[in-house]
Amino acid sequence: MTWYAFVGALEQGFAYGLMVLGVYLTFRVLDFPDLTVDGSLPLGAAVSAVAITGGVNPYLSLLLAMAAGFMAGMVTGILNTKFRILHLLASILTMIALYSINIRVMGRPNMTLLGKKTILDPLSNAGLSQSVSAPLLFGIFSIAAVGFLIWFLHTGFGLAMLATGDNRQMITSQGVNTHRVIIFGVGLSNALVALSGGMICQNQGAADVNMGVGTIVAGLASVIIGETVFGGRSVARTVIAALGGSIVYRLAIALALGLKLGRFSFTPSDLNLITAILVVAALTLPQVRQRFRIR
Amino acid sequence: MIKLQGITKYFHRGSVNEVLALEGINLDVRRGDFITIIGSNGAGKSTLLNCLAGSCHVDEGKITIDGKNVTPWPEYRRAGLISRVFQNPLMGTCASLNIEQNLAIAARRGHTHGLGKGVKGRDRDLFREKLRHLGLELEGRLKDDVGLLSGGQRQALTMLMATMVRPKVLLLDEHTAALDPKIAQCILELTKRVVEDDRLTTMMVTHNMKQALRMGNRLVMMHRGRIILDVDGDEKALLKVEDLIERFYTAGGEEFSQDRMLLV
Repeated sequence: MTWYAFVGALEQGFAYGLMVLGVYLTFRVLDFPDLTVDGSLPLGAAVSAVAITGGVNPYLSLLLAMAAGFMAGMVTGILNTKFRILHLLASILTMIALYSINIRVMGRPNMTLLGKKTILDPLSNAGLSQSVSAPLLFGIFSIAAVGFLIWFLHTGFGLAMLATGDNRQMITSQGVNTHRVIIFGVGLSNALVALSGGMICQNQGAADVNMGVGTIVAGLASVIIGETVFGGRSVARTVIAALGGSIVYRLAIALALGLKLGRFSFTPSDLNLITAILVVAALTLPQVRQRFRIR
Repeated sequence: MIKLQGITKYFHRGSVNEVLALEGINLDVRRGDFITIIGSNGAGKSTLLNCLAGSCHVDEGKITIDGKNVTPWPEYRRAGLISRVFQNPLMGTCASLNIEQNLAIAARRGHTHGLGKGVKGRDRDLFREKLRHLGLELEGRLKDDVGLLSGGQRQALTMLMATMVRPKVLLLDEHTAALDPKIAQCILELTKRVVEDDRLTTMMVTHNMKQALRMGNRLVMMHRGRIILDVDGDEKALLKVEDLIERFYTAGGEEFSQDRMLLV
């Protein structure tokens, strides 16, 4: 793998890492399979792109993206808790609705940010090249998000959220309104996903309504790979593993795309196949390890 | 202190499977009462506790606690006044959280779960002290996941959690039925100690008539959604298993051998 490909994978791993942390929060903490992310990632991108085009500060545009993502997540949470729609279906409904909403937000299916200010400008102005500034900035963002999540999951409310995903009856009889916890938790998760979307769009210079397709698959793949490679029992360890998984996942894809066996090489259209194989490998590796463990 | 007035509860109301689970239950629980509730399967014992705790909504009737009408309150809100121990020992605790985290959640029952630290340093001494009282040597295992504990240990922990914040009423729903006899005895002793030490108002559902007679100051027998016996004080103290069986026959007139009630 070339240095260029490695840095690119790192950059992607951190940028999508925020999305993976969001998926970790719903999938693992709340035990809530949330497909909203396929819609909230482009939502974050769209809101950020429109805001920047309208002259809003790029960093402020990310806050707006997060707010939009939070609301999208809340809709899924409300559909699930108040309207008693199955979590999977509730999230699919929000996801497809977001497709239309994202086009409404942008006024068209995609928009470019050519020549517009982005969050990377201050670093470029300081003399850093894009190949350094992007992984650095996204790394800072995602590590800050890891720190935030570890802190949050150790607060009283965080404990209630962990318990909601584990034993709903127990935490209800301890006086916690689980509806509120789920609505907030899915909201927070999608705020992180939208933040990820906003950063990705500023990095690649465009927002597209289809950029979210397959987000949940990449997110789950990263969470599962992270658990297999870095996983541990403590909450802090699992949060760090999720981000680590995102980086390993992007590196593995970069490796596969750079692979040449004679005349054969992978193309970007093989990505879905590679992802599926990676997840299967990550899920079976612990069993294989156990079988061949030497006593 | 706790008044149940005309509590009626249907399951599958309006369908062919309609069941009348509770039929106009009236019960006045006084402060400090320790009521044991017995009855055959389907008598409505658990439904009664569920209606009181709010996990079942009543179709008719009114529940007041200390003069407050709690009938429209959702379960989580009533949890500020009521604590419960379930039959399933896995139900009252969180397996993926450790002992101190479970206790911290219980210590906050009825209060807000904010953004302060989940487990505070000064809580740990209190938790250790309380765990020492259990006598199960859990005081040195605060950081162990609750999933590592046995069913009996988890039920003991649930008992402790249910009483961390003093409840207005403690509901025990056959909380020893799923445990092996030795551990069940242990949990019963613990129940007796906790309830008597703190003078807790308690309602305990049991299938074991001897247990129902030995524990508490008041006994309620239910049959087909109604209360058919409610005795307390000396009258209860003089009651024998035979009396209960006779009472059951006259009220129900059913073949007793088919029932799950235990004669031990």
